[in-house]
Amino acid sequence: MAKDVAVIGVGQSNFVRGYEGSIRELAFEAFREAMQDAGITNKDVDASVFCSAPEYDKQRSPAGVLAEYLGLIPQPTFYVETVCSSSSTGVKVAYSMIKSGLHDVVVVLGFQKMSEITSAESQERMGRGADIQWEAPFGTMMPAYYALYAQAYMAKNGLTHDDLMNVRIKSGTYGQINERAVYRKGVKASDFDPNNPDARMAAPVAWPLRVGDACANADGSSCIILANAEKAKAFSKKPVWILGIGAASEAVNMASRPDFSKGLSVGYKAAEQAYKMAGIKPSDVKVAEVHDCFTIAEIMAYEGLGFAPMGEGKQLIREKATYKEGRIPVNVDGGLLSKGHPIGATGGSQIRTIVLQLRGEAGPMQVPGEPDIGLVHNVGGVGLYGNVTIFGR
Amino acid sequence: MGFEKFGRKSFTGMTKTAKFVDLLAEGKIEGTVCKQCGAKYFPPRADCAACLSKDMDWFEMPKKGKLETYTIAYYAPYGFEKDCPYTMGVVEYDGGLKLFARLSGDLKPEDIKVGMDVSIRPIKYEDGQLSFEITKA
Repeated sequence: MAKDVAVIGVGQSNFVRGYEGSIRELAFEAFREAMQDAGITNKDVDASVFCSAPEYDKQRSPAGVLAEYLGLIPQPTFYVETVCSSSSTGVKVAYSMIKSGLHDVVVVLGFQKMSEITSAESQERMGRGADIQWEAPFGTMMPAYYALYAQAYMAKNGLTHDDLMNVRIKSGTYGQINERAVYRKGVKASDFDPNNPDARMAAPVAWPLRVGDACANADGSSCIILANAEKAKAFSKKPVWILGIGAASEAVNMASRPDFSKGLSVGYKAAEQAYKMAGIKPSDVKVAEVHDCFTIAEIMAYEGLGFAPMGEGKQLIREKATYKEGRIPVNVDGGLLSKGHPIGATGGSQIRTIVLQLRGEAGPMQVPGEPDIGLVHNVGGVGLYGNVTIFGR
Repeated sequence: MGFEKFGRKSFTGMTKTAKFVDLLAEGKIEGTVCKQCGAKYFPPRADCAACLSKDMDWFEMPKKGKLETYTIAYYAPYGFEKDCPYTMGVVEYDGGLKLFARLSGDLKPEDIKVGMDVSIRPIKYEDGQLSFEITKA
């Protein structure tokens, strides 16, 4: 496995409801932390890539505006978008920029300020991240799309609502100890009990998915600084190398999708490429971040990434194999469900978590046994885009 | 023009497939088929991705299919709140075609099952909007 491009700095803002500042100030939070982590100055950076999903804030062409605010002009900058997977796509682009020899050090900054609009407006915008010509006219939204997958998957594979709840309980366990998470409360089975008048998570949103099956909107930013081998060795004591990258796309319309009970095709396809490039097997992965925008998505990801056989993802959560002490720890930072999902910042935040895990700096969330290989699975839209990135020490 | 009449609320005004709405008004739910290579599309397309032809014809969608999956929306995006709750699903036909639409409001949640036989029919909303829905076979 080639060690050509490394992550030399990571940063993330707190993920919050209602960030008290503008997008440029939000971006600064993650940037400052990543630059201090890398121990470099603005002059050492020779390009920047900004990533978000459009229409949450009013700024058009945000790259130039944010690059100026972060002191990254006159270096080249541009914008990359694949909705929820924007910043892992940004990292793929930055990897290519460095690997080609065009640039030595590239900043990838993901951001999203979702709180500028209401939840219903946000659902409408997210729904328009799918097929606006043929599907949005029916009143589609993200939870409904993922519910189509959940319904077919549950009918075929014997996955239960309790299994989905247990994914949420796991994320709550780690959201509680992640000081950057938007949802810091633990989650109990009684929170999903429809007979409990105080249950926060039992109400159906898009059946079979309930409130507790969905991730939280949040404001946040993430920053990943990448460098070529020479600069990485010069700047960083603990570079974390990109060993494999895979990416795929799928038909936008549900009418053009393969078997719904088999999960998102982009997950499998991106994983296959990333494993091949890294020259590793699923069992070599010691810690993973997967795109759990809904509980069902985490179960489907277990299978897409080869952590469980097809249809058997439920066993991992039943056996607690994806807890911190388990066979393959997944989302031990709270995931999108508890940490929050500020669309454009999410991929970078997942990468930050894996980099900290591989450096042994994940604090109370640290996976035991000094993990040497970590994986990030980041999905855009309803499996419209998928990125899998493998990291190693 | 004409496509703004499609669905509960359309987000697209102009498309070369706007005839779909006229066909709905005539009681037909149709996809397109490439005259060059025979590739069939639903939802309809004006251009063939398989052979790059722009020469397309219309064909009527099969009536009988199976419900592959569905969801009941208890929360709606902006502009659709009044319809809540409503059900949406995917119909699978022999031969590989699929169709996404709402399920008819007269189907009760307890009557809806993955794999059940279903049919489709055009509908007209009270405000004149035209659409199609999935019904019991």
